[in-house]
Amino acid sequence: MYTLKFDIEKCHNCQTQACLTRCQHLDIDREVAQREIRKIARGEDSFILHDCLTCYACEEYCTMGNHPFYLIVEQQEALNIPPVPRPLIQRAVNLGVPFRGEPEIGEVHGPVLNMAAFSDLIGLIQGRLFEGLTVISTDDRKMFHYFCQLMYLHYARSSVIKERLPGVINTINRHKPTEVICFHDECYGTYTSYCPAVGIDVPFTPIHFFEFLHRRLTELKEAIRPVGFKVAYQRPCSSRLSPDKHHFVRDIFELIGARYVEREYVDENALCCAGAIQGQRREGSRKRAIEMQRKNINDMKKAGAEVCIFNCPACFQTLGSLLSAEDIKPMYMSDLCRLAIGEKPMEWR
Amino acid sequence: MDSIYEALVNIVGKEYVSNQPEELYIYSFDLGTAEPCQPQYVVSPRATEHIQGIVRLANKEKIPIVPLGGGLSLAGLAVPLKGGILLDLKRMDSIIEVNENARYAVVECGVSQGQLTSYLEKNYPRLTHSEPGAPPAATLAGNVMIHGQGDLAQPYGFNSDLVNGLEVVLPTGEVCHIGSVAIGAGWFTNHPLPDVGLFLGWCGTTGIITKLSIRLFPCKRIRGVGTFVLEHEDLVPEAVYKLTHTQMAEDIVAFSSAIPPFASELQQITVNIAADSEKELEFKQEILWDDTLGEYIHRGEGAYLGFVRHLQRPQISKTSDYKKGGGFEYVGSIVPIQRYPECYRKGREISERHGIPYTVTGRCVGAGHSMMFAWTFAFNRADPETIIQARKALHETDDLVLQLGGVIWKPGTYGQKLILERLDPGTKELMGKIKRLIDPNGIMNPGNWEVA
Repeated sequence: MYTLKFDIEKCHNCQTQACLTRCQHLDIDREVAQREIRKIARGEDSFILHDCLTCYACEEYCTMGNHPFYLIVEQQEALNIPPVPRPLIQRAVNLGVPFRGEPEIGEVHGPVLNMAAFSDLIGLIQGRLFEGLTVISTDDRKMFHYFCQLMYLHYARSSVIKERLPGVINTINRHKPTEVICFHDECYGTYTSYCPAVGIDVPFTPIHFFEFLHRRLTELKEAIRPVGFKVAYQRPCSSRLSPDKHHFVRDIFELIGARYVEREYVDENALCCAGAIQGQRREGSRKRAIEMQRKNINDMKKAGAEVCIFNCPACFQTLGSLLSAEDIKPMYMSDLCRLAIGEKPMEWR
Repeated sequence: MDSIYEALVNIVGKEYVSNQPEELYIYSFDLGTAEPCQPQYVVSPRATEHIQGIVRLANKEKIPIVPLGGGLSLAGLAVPLKGGILLDLKRMDSIIEVNENARYAVVECGVSQGQLTSYLEKNYPRLTHSEPGAPPAATLAGNVMIHGQGDLAQPYGFNSDLVNGLEVVLPTGEVCHIGSVAIGAGWFTNHPLPDVGLFLGWCGTTGIITKLSIRLFPCKRIRGVGTFVLEHEDLVPEAVYKLTHTQMAEDIVAFSSAIPPFASELQQITVNIAADSEKELEFKQEILWDDTLGEYIHRGEGAYLGFVRHLQRPQISKTSDYKKGGGFEYVGSIVPIQRYPECYRKGREISERHGIPYTVTGRCVGAGHSMMFAWTFAFNRADPETIIQARKALHETDDLVLQLGGVIWKPGTYGQKLILERLDPGTKELMGKIKRLIDPNGIMNPGNWEVA
């Protein structure tokens, strides 16, 4: 069985306990944070295990290269303190079960774009940005064979991730890819952060989608015409697992002439979409989620955003219609990039 | 030359009559498991007068006549069991009137659910109707004919309860009107004249509806679906009771299915909510999810899955895609909501016994007054063995409905037989008298509701 590599000594030596003191949803000082993270590491109960909103941010805040969020999730499962009610866990665990036959495996021996569990968004993958690129997981009946499983961090089910993930990695690897461009940054976080943390081998090279887009835009630089929109970016929870790639958001906006608005809830202070929070067990979770969404959208409005850019389809689904109602157009990053090179994305009006 | 064919051509014109095998074949079956039966003629009338002429001809020749709307009942109700003239009513597709203030629409019998939905969205965005779970090609007349229910069933009940008036061609060719329109007072109410409504639920055995007036309802600016999931079927009746008490839902549907896996063994409840403002929406959501169902969340037995704006229609027919071959048929029933747990458990047993992934759905009708509970059985159209298995499962489920104290909804011939065996003799005799009186030659959709 795969085991989380969490080094409590790093916490002992930590001068900030930033993992918990910087948490946007807790109000605790360093002393309390130190006490509680040690309790969690010892396998004891802590109020943190009950109050965690599973936003992933502590993985980014940790300055010691430890894995506080993965630890919290493991202990929530071990002590049976799930953040969500039982039927929601059962439903989610069942969701990832493939049921429509085996995928067709073609050997590529080159880079692939993995749509993972978002095959139904294949319409986004069009035009010169993706020319010549092989796409895998294009059949939404088979997409759960490519599902990275990391969603189960929201459900206190590390065990499901560890059980299924090696099989998923094997499926992807059977395509013989040289690089795997991850459409969703949760996949990228899985292969570059979670797998090393628990000792799962990843036999291919993962590439962040935004890094790929930046690379392609650079190659197509002559075709770029500044889009000029005032844009906000909805940073997804899983982006916290690859903070070293977050700079590509700003880099892309600069490259294509999008005006990145100044906001309060941005970068390390980003607010999550709250999609995973609304169904949690804690009293008032639904309202808490609405409040977070309202704060987030009001912040975008106040900053003058005309367009909100997404990486994560779940964030898009959660916030898209709310943003539209406020006259802020929700858009995937790839569509914005396509506009910049003179292409018309699907359903663009 | 075929004299009946010639007579039909004289009534509707050559383009709208056929006795050609390839066209008769198309009309010999529906999308369910019923055995095919071929008509001798297919006719597509455009006016009430055409239908009168065809019915008089059928009486003279003593040949059966079977009215067909969208052909989506699945239970074989418009399969011409004894041949004859198949009356395809889809050409009678005019929306005659929409009265915005009195909230009703008058339509011809071939107007489809989707047609009315899109017409209202375009021309009367503040009005909507109770659209059933059938594909949009299902007709309004066909739906009220089978006592269908739509996505406003929770507040307003069966669609046949929403009828303001009818124009009907009787089996002997006369035209009659039911409701306020009968005295020329418009189509705004079905009451208070003496009740002569002998046409709803009779599956076209007592006459052919040519026009109907159906009630419309306020269409709020925001409409969407919230979903709640319960871990055990025993919790469903209480949860639905609590939801109906709020009087804030437009539609409440509980379902569970083996495929896709996320729905397996859990009970999902979808609640349609409508509001004119974000304030109204949040007020309703707070009462529904936090105040009414919050206790299930705190106990870990239930979970709120979120609210999605816009209605997705239809839902139930998607089941046909869950198994190779694309076929499905279901047994519908009207049962007390308290029976939901048994309906789920026993229906699941039947499915598993026949090797069919289970799918069950219960739609709340009225303020918890009853529920339309459906057991769906998928089959492979290209594999006769799976069709036979599905048919057996359907028949077992018909029996189950009656054992559970329910009533089979839109029963096929097997279900009709079970009902007639149990029917109060006095009621059966009355039905027979009515039938003999108004259809003396027994030409109307014979093989269905044979009480005479």
